[in-house]
Amino acid sequence: MRLVVDLNRCQGYAQCAFLAPDVFAMHGDESLLYRPEVEEDRREDMARAVAACPVQAIMVDANSPGGNPGSDREAGR
Amino acid sequence: MSVDGSLDRLKREGRIVVVGASLAGLRAAETLREKGFAGSLTMIGDEPYEPYDRPPLSKQVLLGRATADRTGLPRLRAVDAQWRLGVPATGLDMAARRVRLADGDEVEYDRLLIATGVRARPWPQEDEAELDGVFVLRTRDDAEALERSLAQGPRRVLVIGAGFTGSEIASACRERGIAVTVAERADAPLVGALGGVVGEVAAELQRKHGVDLRCGVMVTRLEGDSAGHVRAAHFSDGSTVEADVVIVSLGAQRNTEWLAGSGLGAGLRGIACDAGCRAFDIRGIVTDDIYVAGDVARSPHPLFGYQFLSLEHWGNAVAQAETAAHNMLSESADRRPHIWVPAFWSSQFGVNIKSVGVPSMGTEILIAQGSRSEHRFTGVYGYQGRVIGAVTFDQTKWLQFYQQLIETTAPFPPAFPTVDRRPEGQQPIPADFPDPSVPTHGPTVTLSGYAPDDRRLTFTPARH
Ligand SMILES: Cc1cc2nc3c(=O)[nH]c(=O)nc-3n(C[C@H](O)[C@H](O)[C@H](O)COP(=O)(O)OP(=O)(O)OC[C@H]3O[C@@H](n4cnc5c(N)ncnc54)[C@H](O)[C@@H]3O)c2cc1C
Ligand code: SF4
Repeated sequence: MRLVVDLNRCQGYAQCAFLAPDVFAMHGDESLLYRPEVEEDRREDMARAVAACPVQAIMVDANSPGGNPGSDREAGR
Repeated sequence: MSVDGSLDRLKREGRIVVVGASLAGLRAAETLREKGFAGSLTMIGDEPYEPYDRPPLSKQVLLGRATADRTGLPRLRAVDAQWRLGVPATGLDMAARRVRLADGDEVEYDRLLIATGVRARPWPQEDEAELDGVFVLRTRDDAEALERSLAQGPRRVLVIGAGFTGSEIASACRERGIAVTVAERADAPLVGALGGVVGEVAAELQRKHGVDLRCGVMVTRLEGDSAGHVRAAHFSDGSTVEADVVIVSLGAQRNTEWLAGSGLGAGLRGIACDAGCRAFDIRGIVTDDIYVAGDVARSPHPLFGYQFLSLEHWGNAVAQAETAAHNMLSESADRRPHIWVPAFWSSQFGVNIKSVGVPSMGTEILIAQGSRSEHRFTGVYGYQGRVIGAVTFDQTKWLQFYQQLIETTAPFPPAFPTVDRRPEGQQPIPADFPDPSVPTHGPTVTLSGYAPDDRRLTFTPARH
């Protein structure tokens, strides 16, 4: 699944980095570096990180019953 | 709801076409669906990829923490669109409401959103630009190619231009232990965006991290070896640097050529639109069915004297796309202005740099908190007696406060004491921006006049 952090919002509180250190890591004192794509089975971890961010800066692929709304199926015409 | 129900019809069965399938295009598409648009949506993008995020290309990707093909933007909701990827739009017929594609197809619209962004300005000497080992960095393909060549352990990398992107590239190289020379025509890195007072700190950071930083010079010529690989660069001061990777980081050019002759107010400076994201035509009359968002747009901002702002900022693309989408589906009284306060971040040499407002309008700067020598400070920019922008180096927590001062046009210098004020922060000093009439490669905020079509403007590329 794909994720993006709105780094204008991010305050570097690092809650996400405590929850999923292999995905989110502080780089220097205040910069956040994250992996923009993680394995599908990490969905719960990511949901926890999204919920823990005090400024709601983390966005992940929406979970829809029919699968990922933005899968490659959609590309092409 | 409109009297004749046309807006309802648009929402139910209208045709919306988005040209430019990147950050602004995707966020607009999602917003349209969120607002209940049930008609047909076509996304046209010349890159063969689904929308991806660019900021990681000069950060995570060059640091080897992510690969360029794994930076796709998350989908916040299903957009249920027809994707025409890998096909550029080549023309617009405003009267017939049709977009022409490179493959000969034509797509009709009831509403059009243009979000074609910008591209990297290439090295002006074509034969030199084509040498192996010479790169620009804008796209996923650029990043992949550059990363591959960095992984091969070049002896020295030369970065031409020390704007944000160039500085981030230099930072990533140093972190990988690669020798780097940075050539900058101005007196310091980042001066176009943040001015000389802050640029000095950026220069110190680069040197502290082992960058061979050369300011006040231009690269005059790139030299290749017999196999067509770059081997050296010649500088205006007569010196030569041997480098096997050269990254040209001289700012961006707006992707508006495909609109030439269409009658839309599109030119070198982008596409002018009103505060509601509606594009102007070349007569200066606002259209009602063509909207613009993201890096390619320039729109008037009430907080900044209704100057037309072009912002190459991630947050601007998101906010403007959402506003454009909202307005496309709204009656005039329900439309919203795009009055997002500019905000930007960059991460380089371990420091988190953030800014709000329009620092480059500032004539003075006050180091309100912290200290430049510690590379941890807050600089506040003043313009005509009011706070117009702010920048933080590793002091994110204070930025929000200064944003409020900008939004409320608070007086400059701020009349109150601040936490952690140092002797250097007692008085404002000149912010030291370069002469705006001299084109630089890297201001990320460009202020320009009121004319919706500036075709008379001629750009002289920096002869680095
Ligand atoms: C390396 C890098 C690092 C960055 N770092 C930061 C950062 O740290 N902070 C920050 O705030 N911003 C950063 N940015 C800027 C940010 O990525 C942009 O502001 C953002 O991508 C703008 O989105 P957009 O959709 O308006 O334009 P773009 O992302 O430029 O997308 C425009 C799309 O339209 C396509 N297109 C162009 N012409 C046509 C045509 N005729 N037909 C069809 N498609 C067309 C283009 O190929 C492109 O895919 C960075 C940019 C880069 C390149
Ligand atoms: S929890 Fe949110 S604010 Fe904190 S570092 Fe992560 S993204 Fe940033």
